[in-house]
Amino acid sequence: MFSLARRALSGLGVVLGVVTLMFALLRLAPGDPALLLVGPAASAEQVAAQRRSLGLDRPIAEQYVSWLGQFVRGDWGTSIATGRPVRTMLAQAWPATVRLVGISLVLSYLIGIAVGVVQAARGGRLDTVLSVATVTLFALPGYWLGLMLVMVFTYQLRLLPAFGAAGFDADFLPPAARLADRLRHLALPLATLTLVGIGGTARFVRGAMLDVAGSPWVTVARAKGLSETRVTLHHVLRNALVPVVTLLGLSLPTLFSGAVFIEAIFAWPGVGRILVEAVQARDYPVVMAATAVSALLVVLGNLLAEALVRWVDPRAR
Amino acid sequence: MRGDARRLLADRRAAAGLAILAFAVLAALLAPLLAGDPIAQREIVATRFLPPFATDPLGAFHLLGTDRLGRDVWARLVFGARVSLGVGMLAVLLSVVIGVAVGAAAGFWRGWLGTALLGLTDFALALPRVVLLLLLASLWRPSAGLVILVLGLTGWMPIARLVYAEVRALAARPFVESAVGLGVPGPRILVRHILPNALTPVIVAAALGLGNAILLEAGLSFLGLGVQPPTPSWGNLIASGRDTLVNAPWVAAAPGMALVMVVVAATLLGDAVRDRLDPAANA
Repeated sequence: MFSLARRALSGLGVVLGVVTLMFALLRLAPGDPALLLVGPAASAEQVAAQRRSLGLDRPIAEQYVSWLGQFVRGDWGTSIATGRPVRTMLAQAWPATVRLVGISLVLSYLIGIAVGVVQAARGGRLDTVLSVATVTLFALPGYWLGLMLVMVFTYQLRLLPAFGAAGFDADFLPPAARLADRLRHLALPLATLTLVGIGGTARFVRGAMLDVAGSPWVTVARAKGLSETRVTLHHVLRNALVPVVTLLGLSLPTLFSGAVFIEAIFAWPGVGRILVEAVQARDYPVVMAATAVSALLVVLGNLLAEALVRWVDPRAR
Repeated sequence: MRGDARRLLADRRAAAGLAILAFAVLAALLAPLLAGDPIAQREIVATRFLPPFATDPLGAFHLLGTDRLGRDVWARLVFGARVSLGVGMLAVLLSVVIGVAVGAAAGFWRGWLGTALLGLTDFALALPRVVLLLLLASLWRPSAGLVILVLGLTGWMPIARLVYAEVRALAARPFVESAVGLGVPGPRILVRHILPNALTPVIVAAALGLGNAILLEAGLSFLGLGVQPPTPSWGNLIASGRDTLVNAPWVAAAPGMALVMVVVAATLLGDAVRDRLDPAANA
């Protein structure tokens, strides 16, 4: 329990580091940060006011402390592009990202583990065929796979919607139809993110299974006359799962990164899409806040994985 | 060394991976010979949106068809390979240099320097890489040089961890202890005795990192934050095909397939080298 608290503390350190890094980058970047924050259309008085409110006339250490204070209080300013408070925009966006990434994480691990187990247990030709399939999935750029799926399922088969999380008429549908509408909108982004995830997971599970398969206790289990299925599931998989759960935590930044592209492609109303749109519009307050929120989500996910490892592996407690 | 190379090529994954990578690099180097001048302006209306294997009214053959400006997709692809492969390789080179320096220093000089460097590595590993890329690409003007710098600066951590572990293990070996006993200065021990023995896993990480760097370059360029058109890169080629997905799907499909092939090749090569280096994995 103590070390989990220490982990949480170091996670907090990461978020603090990200915010500090952003402070440094904003100072390093070409151009006046005040000018960047108020946008190109601002008058000279507005720039001066922004400079004063940013405290650019004060010493750098004092500037940093007040920047940090504003961030911690959730005082993230207003978006240049939309004029809305940044905090409201992100508060509305993060559940959509967590939903997409969360469901995709569960699906890609369940399917990936199943594929990896079959590969390690069966071997031979099936293993080769599945290896080719998983390495291809692993190499697929999510945004390209997304486009190809849109081409087939939206433009050619006219089966599934390609944009947004709900149809325009969603608010007027009866509950059952509304759910169906949401699921249809979820289908393509979820499939894209999950397919790409399966490749990496299956490759890792296969490797971890083969590592464990040579252990003495597996030989003992076979010598006891246990069935091959039982050996595979109880003695090999159980132990192979420990590094897999660790990977789950480590793969969160990657998965989140993938989600940024997927959200941009499918106009999924999450943090990733807000981030990409803000970057393209040079909407700095939003970029800064979205970066911090992403770091926070990743850190929380890592903590969750850490707790999960403790649950799976008694030695780690 | 020669025996090693022959044994590596006996692995089908390594042979296939090397063959595909060699083909891609050759195509990139020989692009002007293979595809002629990609921006030679001809009749746009008659040559736009031609499907693959079509011959246009001017008698030119288009292996992969043409885009909405009548440009040959194959020509754009091989010229884009120069940018995409070049950016990927330089970015990986940069992250190898940083990763080896940080990992070696942390593993050799433990104490406060090592602790600080390891802490830095763990911190950088915990950052969402794409988010950081987007942030940097938004603060500076996007260009190929910036993409190389940013990919290099966000990709060195796995290599640093590998080198750190390797250097630590090697530092305890008798040949290093005897060098210390002979009074060889520390930096010389590190560079002459330890590093040459620690570099093999770096090759694996570099091969795997190459695939990743090429994917990320394409991703950034796809979002308009990387290599800027009209310079073709596989990422901005996919982006330009996105707008014509309905009437000319081949414009987006071709660079994506090239991307997948090269990344699969780099991954297969990395897998094969790793299995060869790690006898435990062969058991």
